[in-house]
Amino acid sequence: MTTAIQQQRKERIDRGIKVRSDSIYAVMSLRELSYLGLPRIILIVGMLVLPLVVPSIYWQRVFTICCIYALLAISFDFLAHYVGLVSLGGAFFVGTGGYLAAIANTSLGLPPWLTIPLATVVGGCLCTLLLLPCLPLRGVYFAIVSLMYPLFLARLIEALDILGGTDGIMGIDSFPNRWVEQYSLIVILLLILFGVRRLVNTDLGLVLRGVMDNDQAIRASGISVTFYKSVAVFIASSMGCLSGAFLVHIYMWSGISQFALDFSIIPIAATIVGGGGTLAGPLLGCLLLVPISELLRDFGTLRIVFYALILVAFIIFRSEGLLVYGQRKYHQFERWIKI
Amino acid sequence: MKDDPILKVDGITKFFGGIQALSDVSFDVHEGEILGIIGPNGSGKTTVVNCITGFIKKSAGHVYFRGKDISRKPPHKIADMGVTRTFQIMRPYYSLPAYKNLVIPLFSPRSKRTGGWRGGGRLGDRNTVGIDILEEIGFERDSYVPYKLAATLPTGYLKRLELARCLALKPEIIICDEIFSGLSMSEIASMVPLIERLQMEGITLIMIEHRLRELFRVTDRIMVLNFGKKLIEGSPKTIMANEEVKTAYFGSQNVEEVMDHA
Amino acid sequence: MDILIYGTINSITLALYALGFAMVYGVSRLPNFAHGALYVLSGFIAWIFLNSLGVNYFFSILAAILITGVIGALIYQFVLIRVRGMEISEIMASYAIGLAILEGLRWGGFKGMTYTLPAFISGSTEIAGVPVDYQRLVVVVVGAAVVALLWIFTHYTRIGLALRGMAQDERAALMLGIDSDLMAVTAMGFGSMLAALAAILLLPLGNIVVESGYNILILAIAVCIVGGLGSWMGAVLAAFLIGFAQILTVVYLGSHFQMVVALLAIILTLIIKPSGLFGRQKELEERV
Repeated sequence: MTTAIQQQRKERIDRGIKVRSDSIYAVMSLRELSYLGLPRIILIVGMLVLPLVVPSIYWQRVFTICCIYALLAISFDFLAHYVGLVSLGGAFFVGTGGYLAAIANTSLGLPPWLTIPLATVVGGCLCTLLLLPCLPLRGVYFAIVSLMYPLFLARLIEALDILGGTDGIMGIDSFPNRWVEQYSLIVILLLILFGVRRLVNTDLGLVLRGVMDNDQAIRASGISVTFYKSVAVFIASSMGCLSGAFLVHIYMWSGISQFALDFSIIPIAATIVGGGGTLAGPLLGCLLLVPISELLRDFGTLRIVFYALILVAFIIFRSEGLLVYGQRKYHQFERWIKI
Repeated sequence: MKDDPILKVDGITKFFGGIQALSDVSFDVHEGEILGIIGPNGSGKTTVVNCITGFIKKSAGHVYFRGKDISRKPPHKIADMGVTRTFQIMRPYYSLPAYKNLVIPLFSPRSKRTGGWRGGGRLGDRNTVGIDILEEIGFERDSYVPYKLAATLPTGYLKRLELARCLALKPEIIICDEIFSGLSMSEIASMVPLIERLQMEGITLIMIEHRLRELFRVTDRIMVLNFGKKLIEGSPKTIMANEEVKTAYFGSQNVEEVMDHA
Repeated sequence: MDILIYGTINSITLALYALGFAMVYGVSRLPNFAHGALYVLSGFIAWIFLNSLGVNYFFSILAAILITGVIGALIYQFVLIRVRGMEISEIMASYAIGLAILEGLRWGGFKGMTYTLPAFISGSTEIAGVPVDYQRLVVVVVGAAVVALLWIFTHYTRIGLALRGMAQDERAALMLGIDSDLMAVTAMGFGSMLAALAAILLLPLGNIVVESGYNILILAIAVCIVGGLGSWMGAVLAAFLIGFAQILTVVYLGSHFQMVVALLAIILTLIIKPSGLFGRQKELEERV
């Protein structure tokens, strides 16, 4: 009796239901509609219901902060995986948006529902302008400059003692009530999430992805790469400024801590853990990491060490991230076949 | 045909560090003609294209398009003016279907102005226009070829896709960098009518080629480069009879024998 | 006159900060964002040897330099080598490691302003009517010596030449039998040792504070960008430019603006000549 060594390899094939639901005919069948819609419905319903089921106000606040980080993480994922720019300084956007909202509120007396849009747009323009010099250059420069801006600005404010110096700007209005605060953020987050997912499949999104993959071909087609990179940076920085503006209204205070490392590192870690490139992965990552961060708050800055090490581990082992793994399992099945 | 050349290249010189890739290359291109550029490997053909289209900064020299100096303009501006090129190492957007590959050039300001190839001045839905262009180029519309991912297409189609990307801009000049390379005889045979059709549409072509026989079929004005210098310019007969050209390609010994065997 | 003296001191200080970073980038194209962390780490190592272990001063600083060098090499060997070539991952990974080191030190109790290293020589003197500490003189002398030694090392010794060869063209170096992985690890080791050297020279002038890790990183990067990423001599020249610019700003505008100078220097360089003074990097790679 001979024993032959079977050579096998793993093959991944789309599930039948995925193939059936890829075309317009999916609307004909409830089963396929629910296959497509279920993950999204779970996400939306889950996010809307979560504040109602968490045990205490403290955890509601944690969830709110989690949404803020999620906005940052989505903007990071968008820039990194759809445009090819790695932004190592999410804190830059948060700080800029935060301070702008604070100034608009205290010096100009505008209410939150005006300061937040204002901070978003003006902050987006400002951040894009400041990042403009490094856009025509290789990605390394963008990473370096985006990393350094929050560090610089924090020291600048401290040294020049402007904008409240180390004490920060205080006495900022908060939202009318807790529920408005909570749900306006959740709704905006969901709108932005689905909006960006649509955006990357539009023609503009294709151009941005082209900028990442193949920028020489884009130039040969008469499109200015620098211009579209600025558009992408504007979108991402506006999202970051939006989250910063929300933050100062929640805490009723704006200070240097907005330029802190947390806001730079957690979005990156959340994206890598949750699954880069999916835009919903970062949201998932935040839902995981932020509560853990709260639990670890007693350990002081150890939690940053923790994130940093997770980050390194994921980078080295090139994990695909939770959501990417989940999507793969959902859409495809694996089997061994003989060679 | 206008008397002034549509493209005037004047004294281009390019140094890469210590290596002189191009040395005082000058030539004119007239509107509506097909100019061939040939030369042995390393003679600087692709560098000329890169310098003309702004992908590489020249060390010296000027390029004039319809009288305007485009020497210092960035590549996307030059493409925007109507001087387009294909790439020798093909650069399609691999992860996108073929027709989506065209959506991106159709997004450019020039396409919006000119309506793309065949557009009457207004750009319609980019997907549709993309598929139209592909059909003109030779992708069969009824088959699934335009919808296949660019990564799965064979070389012949990808070369046509490169051309299609230029056409989406409704160009005045297309510089084809070795568009026949990597194709089988039948594929080339089917490309030649396409080239002739482009010329009939009024597009000026500059073709950089190694496949001399096919090149001589489409054009009757050739320029030869060797080691970055322009050797000679003229009709195929003149070129092939020229001693320097033969030396450049074959080396200097027993030229007749080699020619007889070729 | 005092501008000249203080300017020189400041410039050599900046050069010392930047040389380690420049070396690592020059040889292996790795932007080592853990540079500032290694600087602070070596300071604390020296402190531990000196105060907790009671070792004498000379051996403490020697130990600090060597241990930091080894740590740097190990970081490269076990972590960064796996992401070699992917620039963005290299930045993120080295940044994360630097972060882990710095915040780990902070958590480990090294907070506050109480940690200091003693100076080599205390007291001060006057040069041309300007009061200068001896320690700062030592910094200038040793700094200049380091630059000179580095030049000699990379031009005349085998390892130095190998490093320079790799910095110029990695493929060619590979073909000549230079093991690029080994050289990269060596470069990282040397770069870390340079950071440690800078630390033990400069920390006695102040306190060992975790915050300075980030500041050092910013300054080192600023100097290297202005000088051209990858050029050691460019970094030295840029250090002088920025160093004097900073001192002039302090004299005429006020000492708050020092950081602004560094930031402006980076932005101006990126706008005007992105490859820096002596940069060999093309800002837009000509990859057509």
